[in-house]
Amino acid sequence: MASVFTYAPAPESRGIVDIAPSYGLFIDGEFVEAADGKVFKTVSPSTEEVLSEVAQAGEADVERAVQAARKAFAKWSALPGSERAKYLFRIARIIQERSRELAVLETLDNGKPIKETRDADLPLVAAHFFYYAGWADKLEHAGFGANPKPLGVAGQVIPWNFPLLMLAWKIAPALATGNTVVLKPAETTPLSALFFADICRQAGLPKGVVNILPGYGDTGAALVAHPDVNKVAFTGSTAVGKEIARTVAGSRKKLTLELGGKGANIVFDDAPLDQAVEGIVNGIFFNQGQVCCAGSRLLVQESIQDELLESLKRRLSTLRLGDPLDKNTDIGAINSAEQLSRITSLVEQGEAEGAERWSPACEIPSSGYWFAPTLFTNVTQAHRIARDEIFGPVLSVLTFRTPDEAVAKANNTQYGLSAGIWTEKGSRILAVAGKLRAGVVWSNTFNKFDPTSPFGGYKESGFGREGGRHGLEAYLDV
Amino acid sequence: MSEKSEQQRLGVFKTYKLYVGGKFPRSESGRVYEVTDSKGKWLANAPLSSRKDARDAVVAARKAFGAWSGATAYNRGQILYRIAEMLEGRRDQYVREVADAEGLSKSKAGSVVDAAIDRWVWYAGWTDKIAQVVGGGNPVAGPFFNLSSPEPTGVVAVLAPQESSFLGLVSVVAPVIATGNTAIVVASEKSPLPALSLGEVLATSDLPGGVVNVLSGRTAEIAAPLAAHQDVNAIDLAGADEVLAKELEIAAADNLKRVLRPQPVDYAATPGIDRMTAFLETKTVWHPTGSLGASGSSY
Repeated sequence: MASVFTYAPAPESRGIVDIAPSYGLFIDGEFVEAADGKVFKTVSPSTEEVLSEVAQAGEADVERAVQAARKAFAKWSALPGSERAKYLFRIARIIQERSRELAVLETLDNGKPIKETRDADLPLVAAHFFYYAGWADKLEHAGFGANPKPLGVAGQVIPWNFPLLMLAWKIAPALATGNTVVLKPAETTPLSALFFADICRQAGLPKGVVNILPGYGDTGAALVAHPDVNKVAFTGSTAVGKEIARTVAGSRKKLTLELGGKGANIVFDDAPLDQAVEGIVNGIFFNQGQVCCAGSRLLVQESIQDELLESLKRRLSTLRLGDPLDKNTDIGAINSAEQLSRITSLVEQGEAEGAERWSPACEIPSSGYWFAPTLFTNVTQAHRIARDEIFGPVLSVLTFRTPDEAVAKANNTQYGLSAGIWTEKGSRILAVAGKLRAGVVWSNTFNKFDPTSPFGGYKESGFGREGGRHGLEAYLDV
Repeated sequence: MSEKSEQQRLGVFKTYKLYVGGKFPRSESGRVYEVTDSKGKWLANAPLSSRKDARDAVVAARKAFGAWSGATAYNRGQILYRIAEMLEGRRDQYVREVADAEGLSKSKAGSVVDAAIDRWVWYAGWTDKIAQVVGGGNPVAGPFFNLSSPEPTGVVAVLAPQESSFLGLVSVVAPVIATGNTAIVVASEKSPLPALSLGEVLATSDLPGGVVNVLSGRTAEIAAPLAAHQDVNAIDLAGADEVLAKELEIAAADNLKRVLRPQPVDYAATPGIDRMTAFLETKTVWHPTGSLGASGSSY
């Protein structure tokens, strides 16, 4: 095969972002050290360079932050909705102003390509705040009664795959409805949340309304278990989600969970193949496959399997893996050594169970955490790579003969977050979409997100919706 | 006038049985327990359901889910209305059973039964409206059609309220099935007879077998396997006390069941839509809209 075009490096300048050597916790409007003085390092996954040292919140800090949020709640919830709206509009605008800086920061701390942080994460973050800002003074029209009330203090725990976007999904609706928040970002990606604290300062947000507590799982566990938290929102793994559900059992805390997935991307024989290939690539290699709604199972109709796989492999050979700050990069770094080893072990298991592994020729940088785009064929429904969420750039290919078989296989999972359908036949799209047990169904497209569009899962992918009018319910006493 | 007709006629007792998969089985355990009225007078022996009965009911409810959730909302509405019609015809029986169960006067029991009948009518009208109220199109910032629709969660275990043996029961069952879920109902432990009799009405209302399954017995004993069951999608804890509710919620976390916690409810008041939305999922479907080009939007 002829070699692909060679590209000159086109790196985005990291000079636009000024990362301090250390950061504190953000409690009651101030950056403070952890009560026990603990800190942890956050590294750039593409280089393993230490970016900064961050205070690690313990139980005493959780106590302080929840108290600050409780104190702030009385005034914040009593503000006219139109005033809360204006704070959120301010935040949305400042995010837009600082979006280049935040995109570079996010790429450094997370390892994802600048193309994605610049064109997907940051625009969606700003849009989410802008959208929920507009709801703050219109809640009585949202269909939750004439006078819907906030819940109180929201404890929110978010993952590392879309650090700032997940923050926006949590904080924007919480503040719009009049709650105050204590948010724990993931231990591998705390920086953008701490920059967000600075945005709250610039926006003049009253102190205590937003509190940010970097830390590990134990910090999150202390937060969700705190008796003065009224609302728990979590995005992350299904195993942790179940643990949280047990923790809040018997309390009056309202709970929403956005958990794992094993999305099926179903390609019928009449699908527009070139578009489908783009959709498959986007579905599983966007953000290195570290996406809960990834299309990690490709279900292809048997008659077009060879043609589709050939096309798909050709396309994968053109993907560029490398420096996430390079504007040409398609595949960035895996977020952490831990995640890389999880992906590696599941892929090894896939081979051991007899599936056939394929990757394009792909040079892996010598430092950092990387995994080449990988495709498995000869996969059965019993294989672990067809059942477990890999959360990496690994696609399992299965086949089907009839639409009924496609639906049965797509639904044969504990999860129910997303699915894709590729066919030119409208009635087939609607019939199949109707039978899929999944919260989001993308037909002839994939991985599309919008603040107005509710997102969330069926079954063990969690409950509650984020986005749209539906997303308000999670933060209202209804 | 013969001597025979002067004699008091000996009444025919009813054997109260479970209602599972459209049939009326006894408990597979062969157990029964005594049900008494509010003054302690014996009314009947009710089946004392076992965990096996609970599991059988789950199988029946799962089997019924595809067709019931796939029925048109209009059809479900007519069937719920039919339930009200059937109840109306057997009003006297339910008034007697409710009066016995709850120690109410005939007239008080009458208004309770009337309210329960009216509740079926209320929910019958909801089946083809709830989707428009809680779903709808979303104006995404891009060339996409984007529609959110509610869908039933699946198989729902319902612990009926302990005190309100009939109106409370109807108030928790009707919203679950109105939207296309199927249900396993655990009747009030102390007063299960109105619930067991409801099965007779459901069986003659064109409601497909398995959509509602009624179990009687010890709430805690039956609820535990239901809360832990991997093929149950949701649980309404209305009939659980605080301690039991917490235990069941912990068990329910194992497959992330949707949990409706016990809360104070005035069953006499008109319900809101919360008991329906508690057991609905939201599915959002995207599709590109394409473009007609510059000339396609000339007017």
